[in-house]
Amino acid sequence: MLSPVIDPEGAPFWRYAAQGELRVQACADCGELRFPPRPCCPHCRSFGIEWRPVSGHGRVWSYVVPHPPLLPDYAERAPYNVIVVELVEAPHIRLVGNLVTGPGAPIDSLPAERIRIGARVRFVADPASGLPQWVPERS
Amino acid sequence: MAGIKDATAIVGIGQTAFAKQLAEDERTLACRAVVAALDDAGIDPGEVDALASFTMEETDEVELAKAVGFGDLTFFSRVGYGGGGSCATVAHLATAIAAGQATVGVAWRSRKRGSGPRPWRNTVAQLPTPAQWTRPYGLLRPVDEIAMLTRRYMHEYGATRDHLFNVALACRNRANQNPAAVMYDRPLTREMYMTSRWISEPLCLFDNCLETDGALACVVVSRERARDCRRPPVYVHSAAQGLPAQHHGMVNYWNDDPLTGPSWATARHLWKHADFTPEDVDVAQIYDAFTALIPLSLEGYGFCGRGEGGAFTEQGALESGGRLPINTGGGGLSEAYVHGFNLINEGVKQLRGSSTAQVPGAATCLVTAGEGVPTSALLLTNRS
Repeated sequence: MLSPVIDPEGAPFWRYAAQGELRVQACADCGELRFPPRPCCPHCRSFGIEWRPVSGHGRVWSYVVPHPPLLPDYAERAPYNVIVVELVEAPHIRLVGNLVTGPGAPIDSLPAERIRIGARVRFVADPASGLPQWVPERS
Repeated sequence: MAGIKDATAIVGIGQTAFAKQLAEDERTLACRAVVAALDDAGIDPGEVDALASFTMEETDEVELAKAVGFGDLTFFSRVGYGGGGSCATVAHLATAIAAGQATVGVAWRSRKRGSGPRPWRNTVAQLPTPAQWTRPYGLLRPVDEIAMLTRRYMHEYGATRDHLFNVALACRNRANQNPAAVMYDRPLTREMYMTSRWISEPLCLFDNCLETDGALACVVVSRERARDCRRPPVYVHSAAQGLPAQHHGMVNYWNDDPLTGPSWATARHLWKHADFTPEDVDVAQIYDAFTALIPLSLEGYGFCGRGEGGAFTEQGALESGGRLPINTGGGGLSEAYVHGFNLINEGVKQLRGSSTAQVPGAATCLVTAGEGVPTSALLLTNRS
Protein backbone atom coordinates (compact mmCIF):
# COMPACT_ATOMS: atom_id res chain seq x y z
CA MET A 1 0.00 0.00 0.00
CA LEU A 2 1.19 3.53 -0.73
CA SER A 3 2.20 5.74 2.16
CA PRO A 4 1.42 9.45 1.95
CA VAL A 5 4.22 11.44 0.30
CA ILE A 6 4.07 14.20 2.88
CA ASP A 7 4.88 17.84 2.20
CA PRO A 8 5.76 20.40 4.91
CA GLU A 9 2.23 21.86 5.01
CA GLY A 10 0.64 18.44 5.36
CA ALA A 11 2.97 16.99 7.99
CA PRO A 12 0.98 18.12 11.08
CA PHE A 13 -2.19 16.46 9.73
CA TRP A 14 -0.47 13.09 9.53
CA ARG A 15 1.20 13.53 12.92
CA TYR A 16 -2.14 14.21 14.63
CA ALA A 17 -3.89 11.42 12.69
CA ALA A 18 -1.29 8.90 13.85
CA GLN A 19 -2.15 9.95 17.42
CA GLY A 20 -5.81 9.20 16.73
CA GLU A 21 -6.76 12.84 16.37
CA LEU A 22 -8.38 14.52 13.37
CA ARG A 23 -7.24 18.10 12.96
CA VAL A 24 -7.72 20.50 10.07
CA GLN A 25 -5.54 23.47 9.18
CA ALA A 26 -7.10 26.83 10.06
CA CYS A 27 -6.05 30.44 9.72
CA ALA A 28 -4.70 31.72 13.03
CA ASP A 29 -6.02 35.20 12.22
CA CYS A 30 -9.44 34.95 10.50
CA GLY A 31 -10.14 31.42 11.73
CA GLU A 32 -11.20 30.01 8.34
CA LEU A 33 -10.67 26.24 7.98
CA ARG A 34 -8.88 25.10 4.84
CA PHE A 35 -8.04 21.82 3.17
CA PRO A 36 -5.68 20.72 1.72
CA PRO A 37 -3.21 22.64 3.90
CA ARG A 38 -1.30 25.50 2.30
CA PRO A 39 1.17 28.17 3.41
CA CYS A 40 -1.17 31.17 3.32
CA CYS A 41 -4.85 31.92 4.02
CA PRO A 42 -6.70 32.55 0.72
CA HIS A 43 -9.25 34.70 2.59
CA CYS A 44 -7.03 37.11 4.56
CA ARG A 45 -3.49 36.27 3.33
CA SER A 46 -2.27 35.60 6.84
CA PHE A 47 0.62 33.17 7.21
CA GLY A 48 -0.50 32.33 10.75
CA ILE A 49 -1.51 28.67 11.02
CA GLU A 50 -3.25 26.60 13.65
CA TRP A 51 -4.43 22.99 13.62
CA ARG A 52 -7.98 22.84 14.90
CA PRO A 53 -9.49 19.61 16.26
CA VAL A 54 -12.71 18.58 14.53
CA SER A 55 -15.36 16.14 15.74
CA GLY A 56 -14.58 13.41 13.23
CA HIS A 57 -18.25 13.13 12.29
CA GLY A 58 -19.06 13.36 8.62
CA ARG A 59 -21.25 12.27 5.72
CA VAL A 60 -20.39 10.43 2.54
CA TRP A 61 -20.24 13.06 -0.24
CA SER A 62 -19.41 10.56 -2.99
CA TYR A 63 -17.67 7.21 -3.48
CA VAL A 64 -16.11 5.01 -6.14
CA VAL A 65 -15.37 1.31 -6.41
CA PRO A 66 -12.09 0.75 -8.29
CA HIS A 67 -11.50 -2.43 -10.28
CA PRO A 68 -8.25 -3.53 -11.99
CA PRO A 69 -5.95 -2.57 -13.62
CA LEU A 70 -4.52 -1.15 -10.38
CA LEU A 71 -1.22 -1.17 -8.53
CA PRO A 72 -0.63 -4.74 -7.24
CA ASP A 73 -1.42 -4.10 -3.55
CA TYR A 74 -4.69 -2.48 -4.48
CA ALA A 75 -5.58 -5.01 -7.20
CA GLU A 76 -5.43 -7.72 -4.52
CA ARG A 77 -8.11 -5.89 -2.53
CA ALA A 78 -10.29 -4.86 -5.48
CA PRO A 79 -13.11 -4.16 -5.66
CA TYR A 80 -12.76 -1.84 -2.67
CA ASN A 81 -14.31 1.53 -1.89
CA VAL A 82 -12.88 5.03 -1.78
CA ILE A 83 -15.12 7.69 -0.27
CA VAL A 84 -15.10 11.46 0.02
CA VAL A 85 -16.37 12.55 3.43
CA GLU A 86 -17.64 16.02 4.18
CA LEU A 87 -17.21 17.07 7.78
CA VAL A 88 -20.41 17.80 9.69
CA GLU A 89 -19.11 21.05 11.17
CA ALA A 90 -17.59 22.28 7.87
CA PRO A 91 -19.16 20.64 4.80
CA HIS A 92 -16.70 22.30 2.41
CA ILE A 93 -13.87 20.43 4.16
CA ARG A 94 -13.82 17.02 2.50
CA LEU A 95 -11.46 14.13 3.13
CA VAL A 96 -10.73 11.16 0.88
CA GLY A 97 -10.62 7.82 2.68
CA ASN A 98 -11.98 4.30 2.92
CA LEU A 99 -15.16 3.16 4.65
CA VAL A 100 -14.28 0.05 6.69
CA THR A 101 -15.95 -2.18 9.27
CA GLY A 102 -13.68 -1.09 12.12
CA PRO A 103 -10.28 0.39 13.01
CA GLY A 104 -7.55 -1.41 11.11
CA ALA A 105 -9.94 -3.31 8.83
CA PRO A 106 -8.86 -3.58 5.18
CA ILE A 107 -10.19 -1.31 2.43
CA ASP A 108 -12.41 -4.07 1.05
CA SER A 109 -13.96 -5.01 4.42
CA LEU A 110 -17.25 -3.20 3.84
CA PRO A 111 -19.25 -4.15 0.72
CA ALA A 112 -19.86 -1.26 -1.66
CA GLU A 113 -23.59 -2.12 -1.74
CA ARG A 114 -23.82 -0.82 1.82
CA ILE A 115 -22.52 2.64 0.98
CA ARG A 116 -24.89 5.53 0.34
CA ILE A 117 -24.24 9.19 -0.41
CA GLY A 118 -25.26 11.11 2.70
CA ALA A 119 -24.58 8.22 5.09
CA ARG A 120 -23.15 9.25 8.47
CA VAL A 121 -19.59 8.12 9.10
CA ARG A 122 -17.03 8.59 11.88
CA PHE A 123 -13.25 9.00 11.90
CA VAL A 124 -11.03 6.29 13.37
CA ALA A 125 -7.26 5.85 13.10
CA ASP A 126 -5.77 2.72 11.60
CA PRO A 127 -3.63 1.42 14.50
CA ALA A 128 -1.06 -0.07 12.12
CA SER A 129 -0.58 2.63 9.48
CA GLY A 130 -1.71 5.68 11.44
CA LEU A 131 -3.86 6.69 8.47
CA PRO A 132 -7.39 7.99 9.00
CA GLN A 133 -10.19 5.54 8.27
CA TRP A 134 -13.98 5.91 8.39
CA VAL A 135 -16.57 3.62 9.92
CA PRO A 136 -20.36 3.73 9.59
CA GLU A 137 -22.07 5.72 12.35
CA ARG A 138 -24.57 3.56 14.20
CA SER A 139 -27.94 5.29 14.05
CA MET B 1 -7.58 46.94 -27.91
CA ALA B 2 -7.48 44.79 -31.03
CA GLY B 3 -7.44 41.38 -29.34
CA ILE B 4 -6.96 38.15 -31.28
CA LYS B 5 -10.43 37.72 -32.80
CA ASP B 6 -10.03 36.24 -36.30
CA ALA B 7 -6.48 37.67 -36.39
CA THR B 8 -4.98 34.26 -37.08
CA ALA B 9 -5.99 31.04 -38.80
CA ILE B 10 -5.15 27.36 -38.78
CA VAL B 11 -3.94 26.65 -42.30
CA GLY B 12 -2.39 23.22 -42.00
CA ILE B 13 -3.09 19.99 -40.14
CA GLY B 14 -1.16 16.73 -40.03
CA GLN B 15 -1.38 13.41 -38.29
CA THR B 16 0.21 9.98 -38.21
CA ALA B 17 -1.68 6.71 -38.13
CA PHE B 18 -3.37 5.94 -34.80
CA ALA B 19 -2.93 2.50 -33.22
CA LYS B 20 -2.47 0.67 -29.95
CA GLN B 21 1.15 0.30 -30.98
CA LEU B 22 3.17 2.06 -33.66
CA ALA B 23 6.70 0.97 -34.50
CA GLU B 24 8.29 4.43 -34.67
CA ASP B 25 9.39 6.39 -31.60
CA GLU B 26 7.64 9.52 -30.34
CA ARG B 27 10.23 11.87 -31.83
CA THR B 28 9.86 10.40 -35.31
CA LEU B 29 6.06 10.52 -35.02
CA ALA B 30 6.27 14.18 -33.94
CA CYS B 31 8.40 15.01 -36.98
CA ARG B 32 6.03 13.19 -39.32
CA ALA B 33 2.95 15.01 -38.01
CA VAL B 34 4.67 18.41 -38.18
CA VAL B 35 6.03 17.85 -41.70
CA ALA B 36 2.58 16.71 -42.83
CA ALA B 37 0.90 19.79 -41.33
CA LEU B 38 3.35 22.17 -43.00
CA ASP B 39 2.94 20.36 -46.32
CA ASP B 40 -0.84 20.63 -45.93
CA ALA B 41 -0.43 24.38 -45.45
CA GLY B 42 2.06 24.74 -48.28
CA ILE B 43 4.59 26.40 -45.96
CA ASP B 44 8.30 25.57 -45.95
CA PRO B 45 9.59 24.37 -42.54
CA GLY B 46 12.29 27.03 -42.76
CA GLU B 47 9.59 29.66 -42.25
CA VAL B 48 8.48 28.33 -38.87
CA ASP B 49 9.43 30.72 -36.06
CA ALA B 50 7.04 29.69 -33.26
CA LEU B 51 6.21 26.45 -31.45
CA ALA B 52 3.76 25.44 -28.76
CA SER B 53 3.12 22.11 -27.10
CA PHE B 54 2.29 20.40 -23.80
CA THR B 55 4.63 20.24 -20.79
CA MET B 56 4.10 16.47 -21.01
CA GLU B 57 5.41 16.39 -24.59
CA GLU B 58 8.65 14.37 -24.70
CA THR B 59 10.04 15.75 -28.00
CA ASP B 60 11.46 19.15 -27.17
CA GLU B 61 11.79 22.22 -29.37
CA VAL B 62 15.50 21.69 -30.03
CA GLU B 63 14.96 18.12 -31.26
CA LEU B 64 12.04 19.08 -33.47
CA ALA B 65 13.70 22.18 -34.91
CA LYS B 66 16.93 20.47 -35.85
CA ALA B 67 15.19 17.44 -37.34
CA VAL B 68 12.52 19.20 -39.38
CA GLY B 69 14.73 22.17 -40.29
CA PHE B 70 12.94 25.15 -38.79
CA GLY B 71 14.27 28.68 -39.12
CA ASP B 72 15.16 30.85 -36.14
CA LEU B 73 12.50 30.45 -33.48
CA THR B 74 11.38 33.61 -31.69
CA PHE B 75 8.50 32.19 -29.64
CA PHE B 76 8.08 28.80 -27.96
CA SER B 77 5.80 27.86 -25.12
CA ARG B 78 4.57 24.83 -23.21
CA VAL B 79 1.23 24.41 -21.50
CA GLY B 80 0.71 22.30 -18.38
CA TYR B 81 -2.04 20.10 -16.99
CA GLY B 82 -2.04 17.28 -19.51
CA GLY B 83 -5.04 17.32 -21.80
CA GLY B 84 -6.11 20.70 -20.40
CA GLY B 85 -3.41 22.26 -22.55
CA SER B 86 -4.46 21.12 -26.01
CA CYS B 87 -6.37 24.20 -27.19
CA ALA B 88 -4.01 26.47 -25.29
CA THR B 89 -1.18 25.51 -27.64
CA VAL B 90 -3.11 27.10 -30.51
CA ALA B 91 -4.18 29.97 -28.25
CA HIS B 92 -0.54 30.76 -27.39
CA LEU B 93 0.48 30.73 -31.05
CA ALA B 94 -2.49 32.88 -32.05
CA THR B 95 -1.69 35.38 -29.32
CA ALA B 96 2.00 35.51 -30.21
CA ILE B 97 1.34 35.93 -33.93
CA ALA B 98 -1.37 38.56 -33.37
CA ALA B 99 1.07 40.45 -31.14
CA GLY B 100 3.82 40.33 -33.75
CA GLN B 101 6.12 38.00 -31.83
CA ALA B 102 6.15 35.41 -34.61
CA THR B 103 4.71 34.69 -38.05
CA VAL B 104 4.39 30.91 -38.57
CA GLY B 105 3.54 28.76 -35.56
CA VAL B 106 3.35 25.00 -35.17
CA ALA B 107 1.56 23.21 -32.33
CA TRP B 108 1.95 19.47 -31.89
CA ARG B 109 1.52 16.44 -29.64
CA SER B 110 3.20 13.07 -30.06
CA ARG B 111 2.49 10.33 -27.60
CA LYS B 112 2.88 6.59 -27.30
CA ARG B 113 0.22 6.20 -24.64
CA GLY B 114 -1.00 3.00 -26.31
CA SER B 115 2.20 0.99 -26.04
CA GLY B 116 3.96 3.13 -23.41
CA PRO B 117 3.48 3.20 -19.62
CA ARG B 118 0.34 4.37 -17.84
CA PRO B 119 1.41 7.53 -15.97
CA TRP B 120 -0.55 6.62 -12.83
CA ARG B 121 1.63 3.53 -12.35
CA ASN B 122 4.53 5.81 -11.48
CA THR B 123 4.42 6.03 -7.68
CA VAL B 124 7.60 8.11 -7.43
CA ALA B 125 6.86 11.08 -9.67
CA GLN B 126 3.39 11.65 -8.26
CA LEU B 127 1.33 14.69 -8.95
CA PRO B 128 2.44 17.25 -6.38
CA THR B 129 0.35 18.44 -3.47
CA PRO B 130 -2.94 16.52 -3.64
CA ALA B 131 -1.45 13.02 -4.02
CA GLN B 132 -0.82 12.54 -0.31
CA TRP B 133 -4.53 13.11 0.37
CA THR B 134 -5.84 10.61 -2.17
CA ARG B 135 -3.46 7.92 -3.38
CA PRO B 136 -2.84 6.01 -0.11
CA TYR B 137 -6.57 5.22 -0.04
CA GLY B 138 -6.47 3.68 -3.51
CA LEU B 139 -7.72 6.67 -5.50
CA LEU B 140 -4.95 5.95 -7.97
CA ARG B 141 -5.96 6.72 -11.52
CA PRO B 142 -7.55 9.61 -13.39
CA VAL B 143 -10.63 7.40 -13.86
CA ASP B 144 -11.01 7.03 -10.08
CA GLU B 145 -10.76 10.78 -9.58
CA ILE B 146 -13.35 11.58 -12.25
CA ALA B 147 -15.63 8.70 -11.19
CA MET B 148 -15.89 10.39 -7.77
CA LEU B 149 -17.22 13.58 -9.36
CA THR B 150 -19.41 11.53 -11.71
CA ARG B 151 -21.13 9.68 -8.84
CA ARG B 152 -21.88 12.97 -7.12
CA TYR B 153 -23.10 14.51 -10.37
CA MET B 154 -25.46 11.58 -11.00
CA HIS B 155 -26.71 11.84 -7.40
CA GLU B 156 -27.36 15.57 -7.51
CA TYR B 157 -28.94 15.81 -10.95
CA GLY B 158 -30.34 12.40 -11.79
CA ALA B 159 -27.96 11.77 -14.66
CA THR B 160 -27.84 8.09 -15.58
CA ARG B 161 -25.55 5.51 -17.16
CA ASP B 162 -27.75 5.77 -20.25
CA HIS B 163 -26.69 9.41 -20.56
CA LEU B 164 -23.05 8.37 -20.41
CA PHE B 165 -23.78 5.65 -22.97
CA ASN B 166 -25.25 8.29 -25.28
CA VAL B 167 -21.86 10.00 -25.23
CA ALA B 168 -19.90 6.80 -25.84
CA LEU B 169 -22.27 5.81 -28.66
CA ALA B 170 -22.11 9.15 -30.48
CA CYS B 171 -18.32 9.03 -30.49
CA ARG B 172 -18.28 5.41 -31.60
CA ASN B 173 -20.78 6.01 -34.39
CA ARG B 174 -18.59 8.81 -35.77
CA ALA B 175 -15.50 6.62 -35.47
CA ASN B 176 -17.31 3.97 -37.50
CA GLN B 177 -17.39 6.54 -40.35
CA ASN B 178 -13.71 7.49 -39.99
CA PRO B 179 -11.22 5.04 -41.52
CA ALA B 180 -8.37 6.63 -39.51
CA ALA B 181 -10.12 5.91 -36.20
CA VAL B 182 -8.87 3.08 -34.01
CA MET B 183 -12.48 1.92 -33.56
CA TYR B 184 -13.46 2.33 -37.24
CA ASP B 185 -14.68 -1.25 -37.63
CA ARG B 186 -15.94 -1.81 -34.06
CA PRO B 187 -19.60 -0.81 -33.51
CA LEU B 188 -20.88 -0.30 -29.97
CA THR B 189 -24.26 -1.42 -28.64
CA ARG B 190 -26.12 -0.59 -25.45
CA GLU B 191 -25.88 -4.24 -24.47
CA MET B 192 -22.07 -4.13 -24.81
CA TYR B 193 -21.93 -0.96 -22.74
CA MET B 194 -24.23 -2.11 -19.95
CA THR B 195 -22.51 -5.49 -19.55
CA SER B 196 -18.90 -4.32 -19.89
CA ARG B 197 -16.49 -4.57 -16.99
CA TRP B 198 -16.19 -1.82 -14.43
CA ILE B 199 -13.04 0.26 -14.28
CA SER B 200 -14.09 2.50 -11.39
CA GLU B 201 -17.78 2.37 -10.51
CA PRO B 202 -19.82 4.19 -11.73
CA LEU B 203 -17.56 4.27 -14.83
CA CYS B 204 -17.19 1.19 -17.04
CA LEU B 205 -14.75 0.27 -19.79
CA PHE B 206 -16.60 2.24 -22.47
CA ASP B 207 -16.64 5.40 -20.34
CA ASN B 208 -12.85 5.51 -20.74
CA CYS B 209 -10.89 6.89 -23.67
CA LEU B 210 -8.59 4.78 -25.79
CA GLU B 211 -4.89 4.24 -25.15
CA THR B 212 -3.24 5.26 -28.40
CA ASP B 213 0.09 5.75 -30.15
CA GLY B 214 0.02 8.70 -32.53
CA ALA B 215 0.95 12.29 -33.25
CA LEU B 216 -0.77 15.38 -34.64
CA ALA B 217 0.18 18.94 -35.50
CA CYS B 218 -1.34 22.12 -36.87
CA VAL B 219 0.00 25.35 -38.37
CA VAL B 220 -1.12 28.84 -37.32
CA VAL B 221 -0.42 32.04 -39.29
CA SER B 222 -1.85 35.56 -39.50
CA ARG B 223 -5.10 36.09 -41.42
CA GLU B 224 -3.19 38.00 -44.09
CA ARG B 225 -0.71 35.18 -44.59
CA ALA B 226 -3.53 32.63 -44.51
CA ARG B 227 -4.91 33.92 -47.81
CA ASP B 228 -1.79 32.68 -49.59
CA CYS B 229 -1.92 29.16 -48.15
CA ARG B 230 -2.95 25.97 -49.90
CA ARG B 231 -6.10 25.40 -47.82
CA PRO B 232 -9.02 27.65 -46.91
CA PRO B 233 -8.30 29.36 -43.59
CA VAL B 234 -9.98 28.25 -40.38
CA TYR B 235 -9.93 31.35 -38.21
CA VAL B 236 -9.22 31.32 -34.48
CA HIS B 237 -12.24 33.39 -33.54
CA SER B 238 -11.84 33.23 -29.77
CA ALA B 239 -9.49 31.38 -27.45
CA ALA B 240 -9.28 31.01 -23.70
CA GLN B 241 -7.54 29.27 -20.87
CA GLY B 242 -9.21 28.74 -17.50
CA LEU B 243 -8.00 28.00 -14.00
CA PRO B 244 -10.90 28.88 -11.70
CA ALA B 245 -10.52 30.20 -8.19
CA GLN B 246 -9.93 27.48 -5.58
CA HIS B 247 -9.65 24.75 -8.21
CA HIS B 248 -7.75 21.55 -7.31
CA GLY B 249 -7.31 19.69 -10.61
CA MET B 250 -8.90 16.28 -11.11
CA VAL B 251 -9.38 15.89 -7.36
CA ASN B 252 -11.54 19.01 -7.23
CA TYR B 253 -13.23 18.02 -3.98
CA TRP B 254 -12.18 20.97 -1.87
CA ASN B 255 -14.25 23.97 -2.81
CA ASP B 256 -17.86 25.02 -2.37
CA ASP B 257 -18.96 23.68 -5.75
CA PRO B 258 -16.76 20.86 -7.08
CA LEU B 259 -19.04 20.19 -10.06
CA THR B 260 -18.40 23.66 -11.51
CA GLY B 261 -15.07 22.96 -13.16
CA PRO B 262 -12.64 24.90 -15.33
CA SER B 263 -15.04 24.82 -18.30
CA TRP B 264 -17.12 27.52 -16.66
CA ALA B 265 -14.21 29.94 -16.21
CA THR B 266 -12.86 29.19 -19.69
CA ALA B 267 -16.29 29.65 -21.27
CA ARG B 268 -16.79 33.07 -19.70
CA HIS B 269 -13.69 34.44 -21.42
CA LEU B 270 -14.32 32.53 -24.64
CA TRP B 271 -17.84 33.87 -25.17
CA LYS B 272 -16.98 37.37 -23.97
CA HIS B 273 -14.71 37.74 -26.99
CA ALA B 274 -16.93 35.97 -29.52
CA ASP B 275 -19.43 37.35 -32.04
CA PHE B 276 -21.67 34.30 -31.68
CA THR B 277 -23.26 32.26 -28.91
CA PRO B 278 -23.60 28.57 -28.01
CA GLU B 279 -26.80 28.44 -30.07
CA ASP B 280 -24.77 29.35 -33.15
CA VAL B 281 -22.26 26.50 -32.78
CA ASP B 282 -22.72 24.04 -35.65
CA VAL B 283 -20.46 21.28 -34.32
CA ALA B 284 -18.36 20.73 -31.21
CA GLN B 285 -15.26 18.72 -30.39
CA ILE B 286 -15.44 18.21 -26.62
CA TYR B 287 -12.61 16.64 -24.67
CA ASP B 288 -13.66 13.12 -23.80
CA ALA B 289 -11.06 11.32 -21.72
CA PHE B 290 -14.17 10.08 -19.89
CA THR B 291 -17.81 10.18 -21.01
CA ALA B 292 -18.81 12.12 -17.89
CA LEU B 293 -16.73 15.11 -19.02
CA ILE B 294 -19.22 15.74 -21.82
CA PRO B 295 -22.31 16.61 -19.72
CA LEU B 296 -20.11 18.71 -17.43
CA SER B 297 -18.63 20.54 -20.43
CA LEU B 298 -22.03 21.02 -22.10
CA GLU B 299 -23.09 22.86 -18.96
CA GLY B 300 -19.85 24.77 -18.58
CA TYR B 301 -19.80 26.05 -22.16
CA GLY B 302 -23.44 27.10 -21.96
CA PHE B 303 -25.25 24.60 -24.18
CA CYS B 304 -27.68 23.82 -21.36
CA GLY B 305 -28.36 24.77 -17.77
CA ARG B 306 -26.71 23.50 -14.63
CA GLY B 307 -27.52 19.82 -14.09
CA GLU B 308 -29.05 19.46 -17.57
CA GLY B 309 -25.99 17.96 -19.26
CA GLY B 310 -27.20 14.39 -18.89
CA ALA B 311 -30.65 15.09 -20.29
CA PHE B 312 -29.08 17.11 -23.13
CA THR B 313 -27.62 13.88 -24.54
CA GLU B 314 -31.09 12.34 -25.06
CA GLN B 315 -32.86 11.88 -28.42
CA GLY B 316 -29.68 11.68 -30.42
CA ALA B 317 -28.66 15.24 -29.61
CA LEU B 318 -24.95 14.45 -29.96
CA GLU B 319 -25.31 12.44 -33.17
CA SER B 320 -25.10 13.66 -36.78
CA GLY B 321 -28.21 15.73 -37.42
CA GLY B 322 -28.75 16.20 -33.69
CA ARG B 323 -28.89 19.40 -31.70
CA LEU B 324 -25.09 19.46 -31.28
CA PRO B 325 -23.05 16.86 -33.14
CA ILE B 326 -19.88 16.20 -31.15
CA ASN B 327 -16.52 14.54 -31.69
CA THR B 328 -17.20 13.88 -35.33
CA GLY B 329 -13.95 11.98 -35.89
CA GLY B 330 -14.71 9.68 -32.94
CA GLY B 331 -12.95 11.72 -30.25
CA GLY B 332 -10.67 10.37 -27.57
CA LEU B 333 -13.20 7.66 -26.82
CA SER B 334 -13.16 6.08 -30.28
CA GLU B 335 -10.78 7.78 -32.77
CA ALA B 336 -7.55 8.20 -30.78
CA TYR B 337 -6.50 9.55 -27.41
CA VAL B 338 -3.65 11.95 -28.10
CA HIS B 339 -4.40 14.45 -25.34
CA GLY B 340 -7.20 15.97 -27.39
CA PHE B 341 -5.13 17.17 -30.33
CA ASN B 342 -7.25 15.11 -32.73
CA LEU B 343 -10.22 17.23 -31.62
CA ILE B 344 -8.46 20.38 -32.87
CA ASN B 345 -7.68 18.83 -36.24
CA GLU B 346 -11.20 17.45 -36.55
CA GLY B 347 -12.57 20.94 -35.91
CA VAL B 348 -10.45 22.20 -38.82
CA LYS B 349 -11.69 19.35 -41.05
CA GLN B 350 -15.31 20.25 -40.28
CA LEU B 351 -14.75 23.89 -41.25
CA ARG B 352 -12.98 22.84 -44.44
CA GLY B 353 -15.92 20.57 -45.25
CA SER B 354 -13.70 17.49 -45.28
CA SER B 355 -14.75 15.53 -42.19
CA THR B 356 -15.74 11.89 -42.59
CA ALA B 357 -18.91 12.84 -40.67
CA GLN B 358 -19.38 16.27 -42.20
CA VAL B 359 -22.00 18.55 -40.67
CA PRO B 360 -23.52 20.20 -43.78
CA GLY B 361 -22.46 23.81 -44.07
CA ALA B 362 -20.64 23.87 -40.73
CA ALA B 363 -19.31 27.40 -40.17
CA THR B 364 -18.55 27.42 -36.44
CA CYS B 365 -16.92 24.86 -34.19
CA LEU B 366 -16.15 24.76 -30.48
CA VAL B 367 -13.07 22.75 -29.52
CA THR B 368 -12.36 22.11 -25.85
CA ALA B 369 -9.47 20.72 -23.84
CA GLY B 370 -9.80 18.52 -20.77
CA GLU B 371 -12.49 19.45 -18.25
CA GLY B 372 -11.48 18.64 -14.68
CA VAL B 373 -8.03 20.22 -14.99
CA PRO B 374 -6.90 23.78 -15.78
CA THR B 375 -8.16 23.87 -19.33
CA SER B 376 -8.54 25.78 -22.60
CA ALA B 377 -10.89 26.09 -25.54
CA LEU B 378 -11.16 27.52 -29.06
CA LEU B 379 -13.96 28.88 -31.17
CA LEU B 380 -13.11 28.28 -34.80
CA THR B 381 -14.91 29.64 -37.85
CA ASN B 382 -14.51 29.68 -41.62
CA ARG B 383 -16.39 33.00 -41.86
CA SER B 384 -14.59 36.26 -41.58
